[in-house]
Amino acid sequence: MDITVNILLTIATAATPLLIAAIGELVVERSGVLNLGVEGMMIMGAVGGFGAGYLTGSPWIGLLAAIIVGALFSLLFAVMTLSLATNQVATGLSLTLLGLGLSGMIGTSFVGQPGVRLPNLDIPVISSIPVVGRLIFGQDPVFYISIALTAAVMWFLFRTRTGLTLRSIGDSHTSAHALGIKVFRYRYLAVIFGGACAGLAGGHLSLVYTPQWVENMSAGRGWIALALVVFASWRPWRVLAGAYIFGAVWIGQLHAQAFGIPVPSQFLSSLPYLATIVVLVLISRNKRLTMMNTPASLGQPFVPDR
Amino acid sequence: MMRIELVKRPQRSALFSVLSPFIAFALTMIAGAIMFALLGVNPLDAFNIYFIQPISEVWQLHELAIKAAPLILIAVGLSVCYKANIWNIGAEGQFIFGAIFGSIIPVLFPQFEGPLVIPLMLLLGMVGGALYASIPAFLKTRFSTNEILTSLMLVYVAQLFLDWLVRGPWRDPQGHGFPQTIQFGDSAVLPELMPDAGRANWGFVFALVAAVAIWLMMSRMLKGFEVRVLGSSPRAGRFAGFGLNRMVFFTFLLSGALAGLAGISEVSGAIGQLQPVISPGYGFTAIIVAFLGRLNPLGIVAAGLVLALTYLGGEAVQSALGISDKVARVFQGMLLFFVLGCDTLIHYRIRLIGVALMKPNAAKLDAAPKLEEAR
Repeated sequence: MDITVNILLTIATAATPLLIAAIGELVVERSGVLNLGVEGMMIMGAVGGFGAGYLTGSPWIGLLAAIIVGALFSLLFAVMTLSLATNQVATGLSLTLLGLGLSGMIGTSFVGQPGVRLPNLDIPVISSIPVVGRLIFGQDPVFYISIALTAAVMWFLFRTRTGLTLRSIGDSHTSAHALGIKVFRYRYLAVIFGGACAGLAGGHLSLVYTPQWVENMSAGRGWIALALVVFASWRPWRVLAGAYIFGAVWIGQLHAQAFGIPVPSQFLSSLPYLATIVVLVLISRNKRLTMMNTPASLGQPFVPDR
Repeated sequence: MMRIELVKRPQRSALFSVLSPFIAFALTMIAGAIMFALLGVNPLDAFNIYFIQPISEVWQLHELAIKAAPLILIAVGLSVCYKANIWNIGAEGQFIFGAIFGSIIPVLFPQFEGPLVIPLMLLLGMVGGALYASIPAFLKTRFSTNEILTSLMLVYVAQLFLDWLVRGPWRDPQGHGFPQTIQFGDSAVLPELMPDAGRANWGFVFALVAAVAIWLMMSRMLKGFEVRVLGSSPRAGRFAGFGLNRMVFFTFLLSGALAGLAGISEVSGAIGQLQPVISPGYGFTAIIVAFLGRLNPLGIVAAGLVLALTYLGGEAVQSALGISDKVARVFQGMLLFFVLGCDTLIHYRIRLIGVALMKPNAAKLDAAPKLEEAR
């Protein structure tokens, strides 16, 4: 029983950064912007979070720093793609490349340093109820943030007027602009929200998942988060499901390696990436589903005629 | 509070399409100077070490050519993809598979020698890269799966596969347990161009030939026209009878083969054996090269040399100033950012508007004549 609980807990820990980053990107893409820089914003959040935590000794300040760094970094993307109408694919890629380089440079002095870890929630008595206690009341704070964030985004997108407006911009920025909606304001805020989420996800990596700084520690999670959004056909609760499936794959291959299954470890390590491809193929085979849900103006630059 | 407004030019500005890479380079220099100053290094000293010293002697120019060759080869292929609005970003994986396929002969059949070995290896390298690139192409055409994500995921898979090969079945039994294959035999090593002057090998010649060939294709042949039409308007392309699916395969196979050629040239020329890591991110840096070269093969040759210099400079500042060689990646990232930003100037005029200065009344007055005009 204890083993099952432990495995479930590690799956939740592995799924949390994927979920947060994907939920952020979902909002960005719903507004019609494709930000391929998730990996870069995530790794910047990771190094910023670790650095701030290491220097101040407080993991909470670290977490806050991760969010701020992620948001600031995404602002760069917003200025380029929104104000200067650059190609979103190329700009997103360059954000990732810049983030990987910059984080490596900033993090040189953090390599091998002991980090600080966000403590798990520990409510006396309740947290020690068998099974349920630790699963529901004994996880790290970011886990709860991720669940709350998913619910909040679901509510915001489909139950509020602002959310409806955001989705309408994603479907047709020209019509939205003609109706007098401030397309740029919405998109700027959406991109920054996505950046803050990716930063938070990175902070989770370096403050909870493995409380230390390792170069390239995001290991493609930002890209998997992007794939999750497509997999979920831009619906928050499906992102949640997808993130946990991928968390399970990630943890599953680690456990398989630890058990000494006679398959080369490299093959097991490549499972999450192969799973991403398989899942993308399965979902995109269904053309109607994808066509109906893809924000129609996704990735297209918008320059209004004034 | 400032607001940026873009005003569309009637036609693309010839001036800025020439100037924009230079402006981008200048802006990168300024940002780089600030970065060095923040790191506590005199920017002028740093620039001297970074950009001048690594190319001040002849043998160093050879090193530059070694680094530039794979960048140019890969970027030239990618430029065709990007012109067609097809996004292959997995060149790093295709590079690795080209290296693996090409190494089949020297690793598994080391007794096979002679002048045929090198051409066969190069051919196998191109086949390997093209085969690996055909996976995202197939998935895109058959299932309309997003090629950005699949080609990128395959990079991680390729890296892990190479890691397994050199630690497992292909490891040199006499290698004292080091994760590497046997050293390639003499006839499997890509010859140096001028052995007396430096290490540069035939890879650089391949890069130049590929650049000229692709330039001819893009500017003089129907295929190049097809690429450009499908890239700017798939609908118009369909009316002209150009197949989009065929184009996806064509661009992926072409760029994959070139990346594969780069991979085997690097392994056979510069390294001499397979190792767990055979590329300092050439496949990704080539994306920057492609854009800095304005997706023009001849521009890409120049851009490839510039980016190769950022690698050499990174190594130089690391050994001279003790700054992480990641500084190279930062320079490369900034360069791409500024290039993309400056490219806006080609199609748009940029107007800065002081929002706070404009009174509501003034705005209305400004809007009124426009309405008149519209009528």
